[in-house]
Order: sequence, then structure tokens, then C-alpha cells
Amino acid sequence: MNNLKNKLAAAPYLVWMVVFILVPLLMVAYFAFTDGNGHFTLDYVSDVAQYAPIFIRSIWLALIATVICLVIAYPLAYILTGLKSGTRSTMLMIVMLPMWMNFLLRTYAWMTLLGNNGLINSFLGFFGIGPFKMLNTEGAVVLGMVYNYLPFMILPIYSVMVKIDKSVLEAAADLGCNPRKTLLKVVFPLSLPGVFSGITMVFVPAISTFIISRMLGGGGNLLIGDLIEMQFLGNSYNMNLGAAISLVLMVIVLLIMTIMNQFSADEDGVVLM
Amino acid sequence: MNNIVTLKDIVVEFDGERILDKINLDIKDKEFVTLLGPSGCGKTTTLRIIGGFLDPDSGTVMFDGKKINGLPPYKRNVNTVFQRYALFPHLNVYDNIAFGLRVQKLSEKDISKRVAEMLKLVNLTGFEKRSITRLSGGQQQRVAIARALVNHPKVLLLDEPLGALDLKLRKEMQIELKRIQEQLEITFIYVTHDQEEALTMSDTVVVMNGGIIQQVGSPVDIYNEPKNAFVADFIGESNILNGLMIRDRLVEISGRNFECVDGGFGENTPVDVVIRPEDITLVAPEEAQLNGIVESVIFKGVHYEMLIDAYDFRWIVHSTKAAEKGASVGITFTPDDIHIMNKMKSHESVKEGADE
Repeated sequence: MNNLKNKLAAAPYLVWMVVFILVPLLMVAYFAFTDGNGHFTLDYVSDVAQYAPIFIRSIWLALIATVICLVIAYPLAYILTGLKSGTRSTMLMIVMLPMWMNFLLRTYAWMTLLGNNGLINSFLGFFGIGPFKMLNTEGAVVLGMVYNYLPFMILPIYSVMVKIDKSVLEAAADLGCNPRKTLLKVVFPLSLPGVFSGITMVFVPAISTFIISRMLGGGGNLLIGDLIEMQFLGNSYNMNLGAAISLVLMVIVLLIMTIMNQFSADEDGVVLM
Repeated sequence: MNNIVTLKDIVVEFDGERILDKINLDIKDKEFVTLLGPSGCGKTTTLRIIGGFLDPDSGTVMFDGKKINGLPPYKRNVNTVFQRYALFPHLNVYDNIAFGLRVQKLSEKDISKRVAEMLKLVNLTGFEKRSITRLSGGQQQRVAIARALVNHPKVLLLDEPLGALDLKLRKEMQIELKRIQEQLEITFIYVTHDQEEALTMSDTVVVMNGGIIQQVGSPVDIYNEPKNAFVADFIGESNILNGLMIRDRLVEISGRNFECVDGGFGENTPVDVVIRPEDITLVAPEEAQLNGIVESVIFKGVHYEMLIDAYDFRWIVHSTKAAEKGASVGITFTPDDIHIMNKMKSHESVKEGADE
């Protein structure tokens, strides 16, 4: 009886998942393996190989952005857990604040900051320095990624860290660990699930972004996201190629995530918690 | 024997509330000392001060003759068994116990020898590779004890370590802890609210209430010669009556005069009179010192516990013979059984919860 109720309650979600997740995925696969007339072909999938440099650049930039996010987020999350609860919620609020603002607006703001006649260069100009070319560089793309996705690294690490039992930290001190050793031998291993889910939540959107590279990277720093967008909405309209690129990207992300899980799953198998 | 830990005039305040009010305590080397009291009495706070997790607002903490105020826990030759074990969830049994030794950078060979010794001591040989989450409460407790003892501390602090175990396991562990302490010859400072536990294991019991040490003594002293009504009430069950000390060796209870063995309270002084339930004898009404009506009879296993209403006081009486409910009975006790103590400043602290 109860079991039946549970099944009934799950039904709407099941329908949702089939209609909006499974079917679209199958459609992407269908278009990737057929030509315009609906005949089976591997042409588009093999065509993807010619875009290898763009794939490599996307992975590389997403990787750098992920590492920078981690380097910034980890100490911040650690500091947050040590604060009094009042200060802590204020700080968390500040971390979240940019997320409430429109993504496009946030990224536009960086254009006006980084441009050749932008705020930073004008300011430096007062002292006779510059102007530096900052906009339309790989650095600007990475900066955009870090800026936009940093909260997604901070929050999972913080939420795992804050749950670590304080008495476990006292036990470490009791057994001879100074604060640095406690961080290394106890806090870090216990916070790994948060680190892994943070990496996932930053790396995946970063590798497939197209707005950030378009606005901050100019034309010269094309990423996979831009490439896919061009196939569907741009001048080089080719739905089948777009689907093939998406599929390959999906497989690559899946592979990377599987490798990641190998590292994290040996203890408790929880990554996205 | 030397004092290994000395506390001098320790004061701790949280938000203006005094948690510890001028605690003075000497703990001798190789002793099993229990800090006993109801929750909120300051016993855990005292332990945390010795462990280094808390600095007193004033007062001196001495360890082995040296002042250690402000010294962080990782620099103290003291290890702790935490209330909820606080084992490292990411490490297995072996690595948990080896933790302290690895921090000291001992060779893996020495570490494995000492961990094996500890596993044997706590009867967990063969559990090395077991994950902490797959251990029972009693086994986790043993790992926590081994993890602390493997570092050969001079003093082991135990914060209600058996609180989460069931009664039978708790009794087993009490005996085992005492055995370990005698075998290793180190000082144990043990915090508990369980008076029976304290009496079973300790060389010295420190009874605390309201941030003040009420009495320090051997279990026998504390039980037989409680210093005040709080100690008498907290350790075992007691009949605590208002009395008037007429003169030395004569006290008035319930309007009658009784001979007793205490003196030195002055004349016509109000006092607390404590009589243990097991010291009272049930007799026929005509032979009795006091007569009363049996209100209730409860079977407790070894004895019956009876409530007897006599002269507006409800006496707790323990006896292997049961009287009938509603019956008229007499009670009697000898001068030796009457314990006289000074009135406490506030009487309400007696009634404050003895359990959590």
C-alpha cells in the first residue's frame, strides 16, 4: 500500500525526467548520428576531431579557472567556519550576493572595467602607466569564469566543512596537532567530498560557457560553447554538427567526472552531497 | 606521592555566569580521580581546563610542578577520551590509534608495535582494518581509549566516556577501565554524573555542585561521612531532615530527642540530619523510636524500598523484609547512623536534578 503510494508520488517526476531529460538526450544523439535527410552517418562525429584545439583550449581554461576557484574558495570556507554565526551569515550573504544579479550584467561590468578605455586603464593612466590589453584575452575569460562560478566552489566546501564535528578537531589537538597539522590531517580529508562537488559544479559550467568567452574573450578565444552556439543560432547553421559536438563534450565531461569519482568514492562514495 | 595536577583558585565565567567558583584541587600521581556532580556543576569545564581546551578567567593550572596556563592542548602531556568518542571518521581503527604517534613522527615499525599493544589492552586485536562506522558503541569507546593511551600520557582525561553505553556494557567497561588504570599506573581523571560509577572505580571522588567543590575524599568517606546534605543526597539515597542540635551528642528530630555521635555544632543550632535508608530497621510499633504508616512498597531486587510516613516526614527505608502497605510500623536506628551536618546556604541546590 505504502509502496504503491510512493510509486504514485514519484510518477510526475518520472514523467518529467523522461520528457525533459531522456528524450532531449536521445534527440541530441539522433541528430549527431544522422544527416539532414535522416540517414545514419558518422561524418559529423568524425568532423568534431578538427575542432580539437578548441576542445583543448576549453578544457585548459576551465581547468585553470577551477584550480583558481579552489585556491580562493578553500581558505575562505575554512575561515568562514571559524567565525561567529552572526558574522558568518553576513559573509555568506556577501558571497551569494553576485549570484542574485543578472549573469549578463555581471559580465558586462567586467567589460567596462577591463576595456582599453575602461576604468582600470583610465585609473592607471593617471599615473602614466598602460594602457594594458586586458579585454579579449584568455586571462579575461578565466577571470570571468572565476568571478561567476566562485560561489559554486565556496558553498559545497563550506557546507561540508561546517558539519565537521568540533570535538574531532579537539581530538586532533589533544593528540598533538597544532592548528596547521589539524587542517592538513583532519579538516582537509574530511572536507574532500565538498571539494569534489565544488570542482564538479565549477568545471562543468566553465567548460561549456559561451557568454563569458564571447564577451571577455573577443573573437580569438573561441570555446566549445561558442562553437555549439554557432551551429544552432549562428551563421554556420548545422544542427547535426552541433549535436555531434555536444555529444563529444558530454562524453569528455563524463570521463573526467568518472576519473574524479575514482579518487573520491573510495571512502563513502558520496560526491554530490 | 606528588601532585601531578594542581588547580588554584580557578574561576570561569560565561556571559557573567560563574561556572567555576574558585576551584582548588590537588590530584596525586597514579590516582583514579572522579569529578562527580549533576549536569552543569562544572565538572566537564574543570576537565577542559586541565586538557587545555579552555583557559580559566583567573587562577593557576599546574602540571607536574609547572604552570601551564595558556599552553595549547597539543603541547600538554595529557590525552582525552571524549564524551562522544570523537574518532576520526576517515580513518580505520589502526590509523585512529596510530594518529598521535604519526604526529610525533615515530617510525612505522614502532607505531605498529605500540598500536598492537594497545589493541591487546582494550581487547580489539584483529579489528585493525575495520572502519570506525562499522563498530558498536562499546568498540568505538575502546578505540577512543586506545587512541588516547597509545601516546603514554601522564594523565588521561575521560569525559563521561560510558554515558552512551547500556547498563551491562557500562559495568564491564568500569571494571576494565580500572584494570587498565592499575596496569598502566597513570593518573585517570574521570568525569561522571553517575554516583555508582564514581564509587566503583575511584581512589578519590570530587563531588561538585554549582561550580564549587563540595567534598573530596575516598568513596567510603564520601558515602559514610558526607560533608553536607547535597553530598548525602547525591551519593546514594538519603533521608534528609531538619534537626536542632540541642547540645553535643543530642539532636532533636521530629520533636523527639535522639542520641548521636556528632558534636561541635554549638547549642540549639539548626542542622541537617541525614539517615541512610539501609541503616533504618523496621520493628514492631511498641519497640520503635518512631511510628508511621507504610505508604508504598517497591521491590528493588536485593531489597524492598518503602516510604513510611511518620511525623510529617516521608522516610525512605530499605529492607529485605517487606511491610504491608497501609500497615502501622515502627522504625529505629542507632546513634551511629545519625549524621549531622551544617545547614547549606541555599537548600534548593539539593533538589536540583541529579541526572541529565
